[in-house]
Amino acid sequence: MKQLMSGNVALGEAAVLSGCTHYFGYPITPQNEITEYMARRLPAAGGVFIQSESEIAAINMVLGAAAAGARAMTSSSGPGMSLKQEGISYLVADELPGVIVNVVRGGPGMGSIAGAQSDYFQATRGGGHGDYRTVVLAPASVQELTEIVPLAFELADRYRNPVIILADGILGQMMEPVDFDGLVRPADVDKPWVLTGARGRPPQSIYSLIFDTKLQEEKNWKLQRKFRLIEQNEVRYETHLVDDADMVVVAYGIGARIAKGAIKRLRDEGKKVGLLRPITLWPFPAPALQELVKATSDFFVFEMSAGQMVEDVRLALEGRGRIHFYGRPGGVAPMPVELYRIIARHYAQAQAAGGRGRR
Amino acid sequence: MSTVFQRPKLLKDVDFHYCPGCGHGIINRLLMEVIEEMGLQEDAICVAPAGCGMLLYNYFEIDVIESAHGRGAAVATGIKRVRPQNAVFSYQGDGDLAAIGTAEGLHAANRGENITVIFVNNGVYGMTGGQMAPTTLLDQVTTTTPTGRDADLAGHPVRICEVFSELDGTAYLERVAVNKPAAVVKAKKAIRKAFRCQLDGRGFSLVEILSPCPVNWKMGTVEACRWIDDAMLVYFPLGVFKDAGAAGAPAADEEVEA
Repeated sequence: MKQLMSGNVALGEAAVLSGCTHYFGYPITPQNEITEYMARRLPAAGGVFIQSESEIAAINMVLGAAAAGARAMTSSSGPGMSLKQEGISYLVADELPGVIVNVVRGGPGMGSIAGAQSDYFQATRGGGHGDYRTVVLAPASVQELTEIVPLAFELADRYRNPVIILADGILGQMMEPVDFDGLVRPADVDKPWVLTGARGRPPQSIYSLIFDTKLQEEKNWKLQRKFRLIEQNEVRYETHLVDDADMVVVAYGIGARIAKGAIKRLRDEGKKVGLLRPITLWPFPAPALQELVKATSDFFVFEMSAGQMVEDVRLALEGRGRIHFYGRPGGVAPMPVELYRIIARHYAQAQAAGGRGRR
Repeated sequence: MSTVFQRPKLLKDVDFHYCPGCGHGIINRLLMEVIEEMGLQEDAICVAPAGCGMLLYNYFEIDVIESAHGRGAAVATGIKRVRPQNAVFSYQGDGDLAAIGTAEGLHAANRGENITVIFVNNGVYGMTGGQMAPTTLLDQVTTTTPTGRDADLAGHPVRICEVFSELDGTAYLERVAVNKPAAVVKAKKAIRKAFRCQLDGRGFSLVEILSPCPVNWKMGTVEACRWIDDAMLVYFPLGVFKDAGAAGAPAADEEVEA
């Protein structure tokens, strides 16, 4: 049955239905509804909610709960995510699962409380210290959260790595009809590494300190092999009207929703514009772009930042095709009609330049 | 001939990495003795710190997890909230608990988390080479207070037991030392009481242990032990700072366990 829910509340409900039993969080706008929802919902479902003294404490509680075998989650936004980076680095190093939600707001610093996409680098490049990656999932609608959230817990458990859900203030706050009928709780996985006390087995430990640099290097290669495996297996994206497209817009999350509105207007005018929407920001759908560039010359990157994902598009295309860019930082979300005008101008220029970019 | 003293079974038969005269080795042994004697080896989960105590998993025959610097009480909170049946304790130094992790420690205490914190106070940052700790005494010379700790510049030593005793969530707080045999015996009793407190579900327990660090204090081992009595005890008096919610006389607990 469809219910009208904000993204934040739907995210909380999806987490509970996905088997999240422990939530630790600190209030910060625009994600407070997740924390508040978990405060009422999780204890009733037999789980544990703690309002932590800081985001640093919250992520370390997630680490402890994960080490003890629970599906654990925390959520935050911009400034709070900066504080969580220490713990995320340790989660990766300790190979512990955990789901971290960033309902992105405009930055840097205190920034604004409006939805933004300016934490792309922080999420996809690791964010904390050391040589690591986290899986980054970018939902674009409230309904999609019912797929993204269980997927986040599933991937975290499967790969023993933190997974970041990179939402934004608009998705968190806006209400849309949603049903949870299709949500499948990810199956429990065997976790022989969990600390339970040494009952019926020898003592075991979880740590990331390795003084011997050669062993530390080998541990790093092990992590890197895992990251390559994730890159091979877990790329997810959506395409929309790309088969005949002369220009493909690349946008994610709420940016892709705005782009779809713009593309509808462009298509109404006969302009052949499609959309590639990365759902996994890491691993980035580079193979999809490499396939698209065989038939399409022009790529228009739109994001609500001054230009972050556009770097991944450049890396994926390796000099092929022409890349156009439009970004709005600081929490500004352009209207579809605005984006339509800008894309239309670039489209006209690309057409005038001819199919030079075509391969 | 009867055995009057031996290495506890839970303390691995390996060399400690601790410097000569360091108190950590004694504290490690006391912990394993208490856990063994209380029959907690299958229930105990230790949260090791960043600092001199970070290699506890090399010494303890129990489950151990490493914590980021200062986050031990938060990690222990996460574990305990998943596994309330386990005996969960963090082992933290003075920089760890009284500086970078004060928020995590204080709020775990204030929530009354049913965990135990073993707080090793040696008045100095040991692992990084003898810098000022939050517990460094006034006028004490360290590598970052080369002319002695100046209150105007660096503030005053932090008394964790006294501060935490003001929090309603704390159940058991005691400061002990390991600088002489009689003190070590008392320290062991305090550790036992703290674990008993947790097993009884009474809430947050903490044992602060004044511990010698002769290498970074630039003293001989005997001199360092004396300095605890002569200088540290003046500012950090020993004793029980909180014993709330104990059923009956607190002394009865230890007799039951002994």
